[in-house]
Amino acid sequence: MDFNFSPEEQAFREEIRGFLDANLPDPVPDEDPAFLQAWNRKLREKRWVGFSWPREWGGGGGDLIRQFILKEEMSARRAPALGLDFMGLTWVGPAVIKHGTKEQKAEHLEAILDGRSHWCTGYSEPDVGSDLASLQCRAVRDGDEYVIHGQKIWTTSAHFASHIFLLVRTDPTVSKYKGITCLLVPMSTPGITVTPIENLSGKASFNQVFFDGARTPVANRLGAEGEGWKVVMGALANERSGISESTEMQQHLDDIRALAKRAVRNGRPALQDDRVRRRLSEMEIRVEAMRLTGLRHLTDQINGKPSGSETAINKLQRGILEFEMSELSLELLGSEALHQGEIQHDALGWHGTVIGGGSPNIQRNIIAERILGLPKD
Amino acid sequence: MNFGFTEEQGFLREAVRKFVDERCPMAEVRRLMKTRDAHSPELWRALAEQGTLGLLIPDEYGGAGLSWVDFVVVLEETGRTLLPSPLVSTALATMALLEAGSPAQRSRWLPRFADGRAVGTLALLEASDRQGAAGIALAAVRDGEVDVLRGEKRFVADAGAADVFVVAYRVGTALRLALVPKEAPGLRVELVPTLDETRRSGTLVLDGVRVGPEDRLVAADPEATLELLLDCGCVAVTAEGLGAAEGALAVTVRYANDRVQFGSPIGRYQGVKHRLADAWVDTESIKSLLYYAAWTIDERRAELPRYASLAKAYLADAFTRIGVDCVQLHGAVGYTIEYDIQLYLKRSKWLRPMFGDGDYHRDRLAALTLG
Ligand SMILES: Cc1cc2nc3c(=O)[nH]c(=O)nc-3n(C[C@H](O)[C@H](O)[C@H](O)COP(=O)(O)OP(=O)(O)OC[C@H]3O[C@@H](n4cnc5c(N)ncnc54)[C@H](O)[C@@H]3O)c2cc1C
Repeated sequence: MDFNFSPEEQAFREEIRGFLDANLPDPVPDEDPAFLQAWNRKLREKRWVGFSWPREWGGGGGDLIRQFILKEEMSARRAPALGLDFMGLTWVGPAVIKHGTKEQKAEHLEAILDGRSHWCTGYSEPDVGSDLASLQCRAVRDGDEYVIHGQKIWTTSAHFASHIFLLVRTDPTVSKYKGITCLLVPMSTPGITVTPIENLSGKASFNQVFFDGARTPVANRLGAEGEGWKVVMGALANERSGISESTEMQQHLDDIRALAKRAVRNGRPALQDDRVRRRLSEMEIRVEAMRLTGLRHLTDQINGKPSGSETAINKLQRGILEFEMSELSLELLGSEALHQGEIQHDALGWHGTVIGGGSPNIQRNIIAERILGLPKD
Repeated sequence: MNFGFTEEQGFLREAVRKFVDERCPMAEVRRLMKTRDAHSPELWRALAEQGTLGLLIPDEYGGAGLSWVDFVVVLEETGRTLLPSPLVSTALATMALLEAGSPAQRSRWLPRFADGRAVGTLALLEASDRQGAAGIALAAVRDGEVDVLRGEKRFVADAGAADVFVVAYRVGTALRLALVPKEAPGLRVELVPTLDETRRSGTLVLDGVRVGPEDRLVAADPEATLELLLDCGCVAVTAEGLGAAEGALAVTVRYANDRVQFGSPIGRYQGVKHRLADAWVDTESIKSLLYYAAWTIDERRAELPRYASLAKAYLADAFTRIGVDCVQLHGAVGYTIEYDIQLYLKRSKWLRPMFGDGDYHRDRLAALTLG
């Protein structure tokens, strides 16, 4: 056990800080597409996008500790996310690196890093949510092509995505886990239509995606036919650990502390209220636990123990934190909570994040059955 | 950066686990509970032979000179089966000597701690509602070079088993720490029955106990030494408590797999399995905080107070919940003296106030981060 960073790692931290001092504008224009493109180009020159991806495919070839440092420093300064294509970077790219053909790697990896592609993920269907393995969207082989019929739903970003990371059923005659295949399909394929769904804040963040005889070459299959479940298990672990990253929760904690510093309750500064103080401490405890649990799993990964069910820990912690933070922020607003506003809307957002990537109940089932060894329900 | 245990630490864990399973199974825990001090001199000597007692003591005094990270490994394992022993108390007395003991004091006590001839403990608190330095009001009357103590120290862990007490008192407003052996004239121990009978404490009655210069610890900054001892105490009881919480969880998982109702092991039902999953999330998260806290002791990092509070606050509340849930999940047998799960429940009650409960540490964290 040694939490000291090596001199080389410290030097890397200094390099990042120097880079941010020299390049990051204050305030960060993080809604300006031109700035985000230019920022991504600068990061690409440093090979900081896809930091741990193989160099031959445009990544940084870096180690996981330095990647952690990089994320931490970027987040502390509220720099824009590392890379423009979140899903591409977090799970599609890693899945292509692991299971993809040479051609698929050449086609997709650099595009993800440059932000030329934008991936969405087609798992859920109207009748298929938590029980993902019972998905029904069909793909039938016709010569060198698959012909796809069916529907996906809750597909985040499908309304502007360039590609979909798609799970389909290729064989309905075998057990439900065995007949699933993963396809990498351009959204421009004829036979795909997208209709947006408004979320509870009135924003179009997710969609329905309809497949009506859409054809895609067999060359777009990721992994073998019928091996889609294996591909998706790895991708889901990456999604969960991405979702659980503590850096974002640290930002939320900083925000809510700042809010508490401004807020007044019953004529007294909110920070003099013991209950507010204790709730903030409780959040600090969980955020720090998440950060250190993340580091523990990083060490496991470096030692060749792949991240699996353990990521459920931080996903559940995040769920608790998001709820607590949202409610406290609304309470701190007092009667202002009646009005429309950024804090008010953000306080509703956790209802989505907590479900995406597997609901808390499903995480608890995973822990109880795979780790504690209790019977399946 | 490496957040993992070494191979040696893995061996240490296995060795301690094997030791407690063989030498102190639950039947033995229950037997010791019924003895006066819940302390077995034979078991204590066996622990010494294992090298466990000298773990934190430098080799020049007959110890192994290992670290707090190693010690946490040991305590997790002794906590898992609720081993009754003054291990934590003696380790904290050891820390007092390492931090502020004179060479003579060290040579007198440390070798005897290491080979099991002596037991030490801290005698700090007086009022039930006060933790930390605020809990120390005992005022010495000066008689030349001698501090004369008249008063009481309460909630003294392992008071009946201890051979020497680290006593905190004040001269004016200044804090002082001293070593008082149990034979000191004017010193008396009153044992108080404890809810958790695997953990004993008592009241130290000081009736004109004379503390000379040779008895006093030589801390340059006694407040800082006291704070270090309290933070070490936090880390130690958190480690033992974590082990106990994991023990309770393991006992209950076993029961949930065995007990059949409605034609199925009760562990199949989500009302059961989800509470156990939540308990596991808590114990794993506490480990992350605890190991880091232990490392900050070894490295003498300024972050220690914060991490000690983070870990203890989490553990105090989580173990309370786990203790309650695990008893409930046993149904009526959980309410019997026969089943072991009640012993874990009682341990969770012991653990909560020790070195400060959840709110105490949340307030301390708030003072550190919010001002
Ligand atoms: C903001 C957001 C973005 C999303 N983005 C995408 C995306 O990009 N691509 C995609 O494919 N999907 C996406 N999803 C869908 C998401 O993966 C599903 O919502 C999720 O898997 C749950 O499925 P469901 O909504 O059908 O709920 P259901 O599975 O119907 O569950 C409803 C409730 O029942 C509980 N439940 C279900 N089964 C059990 C059980 N066995 N035991 C106990 N409780 C159970 C659940 O916990 C939940 O509370 C997104 C969802 C949200 C909210």
